[in-house]
Amino acid sequence: MTERSPFRNLAVAAVGGWLTVFVILPNLMTLATSFLSRGEVEFAILPITFSSYRELAGPEFLRMFLDSAWLALGAAMACLAIGYPFAYILARLSPKKRKLGLLFVIIPFWTNSLIRTYALITILNANGLLNKVLLGLGLISAPLDILYTETAVFIGLAYTLLPFMILPLYASIEKLDPRLIEAARDLGAGSFQTFFRVSLPLTLPGIVAGTMLVFLPALGMFYVPDVLGGSRSLLVGNFIRNQFLTARNWPLGSAASVLLTAIMALLLAVYYFCNKRVRREAAA
Amino acid sequence: MKRSLKAAYLTAVYGFLYLPLLVLIAFSFNDSKFLVSWKGFSLRWYASLAGNSSLLDAALRSLALAASSATAATLIGALAAIALKRYRFAGRKALSASLYVVTVSPDIVMGISLLILFITLNLPLGFLTLFLSHVTFCLPFVTITILARLSGMDQSLIEAAADLGAGEYAIFRLVILPIAMPAVMAGWLLSFTLSLDDVIVSFFVTGPSFEILPLKIYSMVRLGVKPEVNALCAVMFAITLMVVGATQLLMKEKR
Repeated sequence: MTERSPFRNLAVAAVGGWLTVFVILPNLMTLATSFLSRGEVEFAILPITFSSYRELAGPEFLRMFLDSAWLALGAAMACLAIGYPFAYILARLSPKKRKLGLLFVIIPFWTNSLIRTYALITILNANGLLNKVLLGLGLISAPLDILYTETAVFIGLAYTLLPFMILPLYASIEKLDPRLIEAARDLGAGSFQTFFRVSLPLTLPGIVAGTMLVFLPALGMFYVPDVLGGSRSLLVGNFIRNQFLTARNWPLGSAASVLLTAIMALLLAVYYFCNKRVRREAAA
Repeated sequence: MKRSLKAAYLTAVYGFLYLPLLVLIAFSFNDSKFLVSWKGFSLRWYASLAGNSSLLDAALRSLALAASSATAATLIGALAAIALKRYRFAGRKALSASLYVVTVSPDIVMGISLLILFITLNLPLGFLTLFLSHVTFCLPFVTITILARLSGMDQSLIEAAADLGAGEYAIFRLVILPIAMPAVMAGWLLSFTLSLDDVIVSFFVTGPSFEILPLKIYSMVRLGVKPEVNALCAVMFAITLMVVGATQLLMKEKR
């Protein structure tokens, strides 16, 4: 339908205009700010400089960034390890049970993650449930001090972001044709081989999507260390917030944000190519 | 894998997801200031919640913000979904790709980019800036929800309506809208919770004159455990449960 209609023009203009003004323009402004100098009255001033990016390449930011990326990657891998078998079992249940099971993943998905982070305190506390259970079982002799450590932040990230891993995994495992697995078995592949040569490659888009949806927010969720990890600035998110709020170095904060966007672009490209390859293989 | 082993694994993961929330809710009814022990059932934290006027003000502001931004996002998102489904236009692919990119882009990137925009435009930070930001992050979710429903729609319905002489507007109002309606309502509800739950974007684009509930909770939670916060979180969780339930019912309707 290519005839001109006022309704069509209105609809396209409304959403296109909104995205241009509130997504594309602001991101271009962030990019521009990252090349400006820090100002006293204005948030950023001329001249154009690369000094923010030079600072990102310096040892101080690099160490923090690597720590943060390591933590976020660990959280993503923990979610993958917990989530993959979970999604796999869920996708093979009867349709009715599957729906119900999925609903109970969606509820925490839509629950405020700040509240979920806060709820973890009740478990990780020195007097919390975890210590009580471990003490009761005789596994430890003194309560573990997990709260306000890096371990607590790791658990917090994995806990709040687990549904973001399960949902894309579930979507790609559900699409996996059971006949392909049967075929592999019939051709003499063991369950190990079937998994690594059939299931895993075909569900790779789900794995990449889930990893992206955990890894990216895990770099930015500054309130998780605030609530569970004491006041140490641990994540790239804490760094960016501090540049905007306390250090008032907006160009540096913008440069770190551009870095996050670049990582996102990279992961999206990986996802795109995985998806394309799997589609081609499934069609073949 | 054995059946019982599978069931045990599912139970363990659900336990991991829900246990902290259940403990939190249980302690919101505890008649003690501390998380240590159970002192008996009490509603005192809910009573003190109801008496806290600054919290209630923040809650009202949040509800007003969530309702208005969900409504605007749903209107624009519905237009976008219908346009994407029904028309071929220049930039169509770019438009739908950018909607998906917005859903995966980190909140903090969106928060600071909008802050830079608003400061440059000299907009005072407050309701308006929050509203514009919340519409922006809700919009793609609404569009995707409605698009998913429309993709199951029989194209011949539109053709039949056009053959019977229906104009563009009549097709929209009499054919597409009734089919899309459950998804439109679901999109509104999802936007409403997204708005109510957002911490990171709001953190950057709000000013001191307009304190909303999630940020109020954030500042309370940073100071440690308070039973009043437990009660507040339990209430918020109950609202999320109701919204998710309503959304599921809406989307369940036969296609």
